[in-house]
Amino acid sequence: MGNYSPTKIFWQRFKHNKLAVGGAFIVLCLFIVAFLAPFLSPYNPNEIDRKQILESPSIEHPLGTDELGRDLLSRMISGARISLLVGFVAVGIATIIGMILGAFSGYYGGWPERIIMRFIDIMLSIPTFFLILAVIAFIGPSIWNIMIVIGVTSWMGVARLVRAEFLSIKEREYVLAAKAMGASDLRIIFRHIMINSLAPVLVSAVLGVASAVLVESALSFLGIGVQPPTPSWGNILTSGKDNIEIAWWLSVFPGLAILITVLGYNLLGEGIRDAVDPRLWDAEKK
Amino acid sequence: MVSYIIKRLLEMIPTLFGITLLSFFIIHLAPGKPTDVLTEMNPKITPEARERLEKLYGLDKPIVEQYWVWLKRIVYLDFGVSFSTDRRPVIEKIWDTKQPFMERRLFITFMINVLSMFVIFLVAIPIGVSSATHQYSLYDKITTTFVFVGFATPAFWLALLLMIFFGIYLDWLPISGLKSMDYESLSLFGKSWDRTRHLILPVFVSAFGGLAGLSRFMRSSMLEVIRQDYVTVARAKGIYESSVIYKHAFRNALLPIITLLGLSIPGLIGGSVIFENIFSIPGMGQLFYMSVMMRDYPLVMGILTIGAILTLLGNLLADIGYMVTDPRIRAQ
Amino acid sequence: MILMTALLFSCKDRAPDVQKINYKIGSFDPAYGDAIIAGSIGEPSVLIPMLAGDSASHDVAGLIFNGLIKYDTDLSVIGDLAESWDISPDGLVITFYLKKGIKWADGIEFTAEDIMFGYKTITDEKTPTAYKEDYLQVKKAEVLDRYTFRATYEKPFAPALTSWGSLVVLPKHLLEGKDITKADFNRNPIGMGPFILKKWIPGQEITLSSNRGYFEGRPYIDRYVYRFIPDPATMFLELQAGGIDMMGLSPIQYTKQIETEFFERNFQEFRYPVFSYTYMGFNLKHPWFQDKRVRQAIAHAIDKSEIIDVVLFGLGSPATGPYVPNTWPYNPVVKQYDFNPDKAQQLLREAGWQDTDGDGIVDKDGNPFKFTIITNLGNNLRKNCATIIQQRLKKIGIKVEIRVLEWSAFINEFIDKRRFEAVILGWSIGIDPDQYDIWHSSKTKEKEFNFVSYNNPEVDQLLEQGRRTFDIDERKKAYFRIQEILADELPYIFLYVPDALPIVHARFKGIKPSPIGISYNLHKWYVPQKFQKHSIEP
Repeated sequence: MGNYSPTKIFWQRFKHNKLAVGGAFIVLCLFIVAFLAPFLSPYNPNEIDRKQILESPSIEHPLGTDELGRDLLSRMISGARISLLVGFVAVGIATIIGMILGAFSGYYGGWPERIIMRFIDIMLSIPTFFLILAVIAFIGPSIWNIMIVIGVTSWMGVARLVRAEFLSIKEREYVLAAKAMGASDLRIIFRHIMINSLAPVLVSAVLGVASAVLVESALSFLGIGVQPPTPSWGNILTSGKDNIEIAWWLSVFPGLAILITVLGYNLLGEGIRDAVDPRLWDAEKK
Repeated sequence: MVSYIIKRLLEMIPTLFGITLLSFFIIHLAPGKPTDVLTEMNPKITPEARERLEKLYGLDKPIVEQYWVWLKRIVYLDFGVSFSTDRRPVIEKIWDTKQPFMERRLFITFMINVLSMFVIFLVAIPIGVSSATHQYSLYDKITTTFVFVGFATPAFWLALLLMIFFGIYLDWLPISGLKSMDYESLSLFGKSWDRTRHLILPVFVSAFGGLAGLSRFMRSSMLEVIRQDYVTVARAKGIYESSVIYKHAFRNALLPIITLLGLSIPGLIGGSVIFENIFSIPGMGQLFYMSVMMRDYPLVMGILTIGAILTLLGNLLADIGYMVTDPRIRAQ
Repeated sequence: MILMTALLFSCKDRAPDVQKINYKIGSFDPAYGDAIIAGSIGEPSVLIPMLAGDSASHDVAGLIFNGLIKYDTDLSVIGDLAESWDISPDGLVITFYLKKGIKWADGIEFTAEDIMFGYKTITDEKTPTAYKEDYLQVKKAEVLDRYTFRATYEKPFAPALTSWGSLVVLPKHLLEGKDITKADFNRNPIGMGPFILKKWIPGQEITLSSNRGYFEGRPYIDRYVYRFIPDPATMFLELQAGGIDMMGLSPIQYTKQIETEFFERNFQEFRYPVFSYTYMGFNLKHPWFQDKRVRQAIAHAIDKSEIIDVVLFGLGSPATGPYVPNTWPYNPVVKQYDFNPDKAQQLLREAGWQDTDGDGIVDKDGNPFKFTIITNLGNNLRKNCATIIQQRLKKIGIKVEIRVLEWSAFINEFIDKRRFEAVILGWSIGIDPDQYDIWHSSKTKEKEFNFVSYNNPEVDQLLEQGRRTFDIDERKKAYFRIQEILADELPYIFLYVPDALPIVHARFKGIKPSPIGISYNLHKWYVPQKFQKHSIEP
């Protein structure tokens, strides 16, 4: 490693990838919008105005108004928050479950591993979207339910990643050394091994956020996404689609917002993956 | 080879058992009963009538017993009788032998998924390979963005936009459904053309969303192979670049893709809920959505189980395909 | 005509309705032929009326089966399969005299035995039907001869006559001794109505063909196709592309989308009030809502005209009670609550609610006034309604949450268990005004329909009075008084009566809108020869 710290290499490689930087920029913008939502929003996103129903975009309402006369821009801005929240909480849950199960099976092996791997096989063989759909429809589509259900049905990739990483590093010298020095299992798992598997997990988390945003919009399309009046991009788009021919702005703007956001997360995730993958490191020397 | 397949088939049984167990309990433990839908808000129904219905459907028994009854029957591919008012057997709803082959739900979903997988394959692999060989070029950037746009576009939105453009504005393609009203009076050629026209948009929408996964995987798989020793050696030996890529690298990069195909089946089946609803295609996805909304437990379980069997078979096929194509395994 | 042929030639490869045919000018003669394609969000589940719970099933089954009686366009009861009937002076015995020579679609004659069979089936304990109750009131049913059927009641039962619709008509010769829930008949019903089931492709469409031997005359339209299109946006696109001929519009579509020349030329749209109303009901067990002043305050805070303008685009009327305007039980002069936030706040103050801590929410004994409105999934109008009420109540210091619930959980977990504070729902009402199940204080047990737990002895007594007499004036008196009481006590805030907004392709003629809708005379609709689109017999 010498003169180059891994972080430094990472930054150099990442900067080189214009698409990844673009993705990072999109994600950053989204974060800013989400955090400053109350300050950016020109109107109350839930304020109904019977005189402004389905107004096309104008100076007063830059993105127009919806079928209850609410300002679309304000709803989009607070929708950004919801989309971000759904994505992050769902992925957070998935990552935690995945890391725990992955680490457990990778570190201990034996029957816990066999059981966990079998469980992963089972989860991977069920069409996950079907399962999400059934459970949300049955327990009711609150925003928390949606995040939890997406989370508990999408941890398998992370678990596999972490397990693979564990298998490859648990016999390495520094881990064996730590073990010899009497470090506890938990300490070894978290301090020594987990740190090393963070990069691939990060990549999968970033891609997971993108999927969660899409899953939420699909659930909204089926009528069981985030519930009104809370605006999410998915439910704005869904109620906009029924008026697609008379009020294009109601479906074009949320549609584009989802598209650009998901695209941004994907480009960012891929960029990180490329940048941390040592197998590809010689690529840019050419 | 045969013994391997048998071994794999046997391994599938506990997995399948686990899937049914998991699905059954998740579904039956959720609040609400299917009889509610039947009775709706009808002031003419009494509590007694409702309890009668619950008894009729066997919902008054303990859940473990319900599972056992269900499990015993599925061995004979009997998924029970739908809770909906038509009381038809679940298997008949999914695979209705009274209808022509082309009208059976399972077949419709299967066909569209196979077609879109085919399209994905046809488009994603060249994209993946060429963007790997042109890594970081403008071309790479454009294709990367293109495939991700496909992934990132909400399918129902894209579908509607395409319907408006091709169906209303240009009037080239039908909006929804699987065939036209006057289908029966068409010639054989006319019939196939009619069906093809109806399939273009759904297959496109379904495939466009799946391009990213495969092409990105192909790209990185290719990048990895290109950097391996034997490719470098081949290059050093002065073999043409195109020959290096296609003869040596490509074949090896293709191998992991086969496994990926097996893994992508659940995603495709899951996505069918969306495009079948927006395009009014009577497949399994649409049936599943309806069954979930009506809490038709036997039907929900039936479709989940069949979806899982399809996935497991897909994985098996992928493994076999892998064995057939991988010279290292073949040699053993 | 020559011009039109030229046009036809010039764009032969395009669908006929893309051409500029003028469907609205000229004289038209009824002609047999063509097909009508109706779009539907849902698919019927079963085509036997007594087993069907959903509206799609009833829509289609209604074209296959007729009843003993039906409603005329002026809402009076007229004979359908019955030629006439007698009601004994004490109202306890109804005798139906059937029309002779009516045949089931398979050629067997329809007789009183079929009614008897239907009656026995619907009252059979094993039949999973939701419509049993009216028939359990019958003490004795008998077949007097081939064409005469008699039902005897224990007590006078005003809704008795109108209950003998299509629910109890079944072909005995096909179903005797069979389990009707399992019989193949379910999906291949044989009726005697204007249309006959031809083909049912699950998930796609149901095709009916005309019943040439229909006792009111062969329908002009040869085929009726019921196409299932689950997405409303797709359905509207299909309407424009010629894939369907008939659908129900949303208020927005009706107002904003069909003004174009294209729609003007190719479609005819209708508008009439439906027999249902939407309301917000309070859980009267909840201590806050027990105070009438609170309910009245909320009524003053809600602007019904705003709801009708925004949610219905003006296509509906305000509801003032549990009956719809222009029907005989409807009482037009009951207490009205004008939109008056000041008055609302004053009433709240009188009831002890005041904003003492300055957080914008009124409170009492330290409890802020917060409650949740629940409504069911899949009805955008109700969802939007809840959203508007939420905003309005916020202005008088009441904080409202909205939960939209999937139907089954909604009923089972919340309505039945009384776990709700307020609910937005609708009732479909029959033409008979009996609403015993909804308002009577004995109907408040779990799963019963007085789920708001309304209890008023005077109303109880009036309800009993109303259903035990046949005298219209007497009934009217009872129901008028009930409406006055309900308007004052407000167990529900009655919101609106929506309009039905069907649209039909312009080539169909003979449609006569009436208070009971447009499809009652479907068998008399026709397409003039020159406009026929689907000419090939299937």
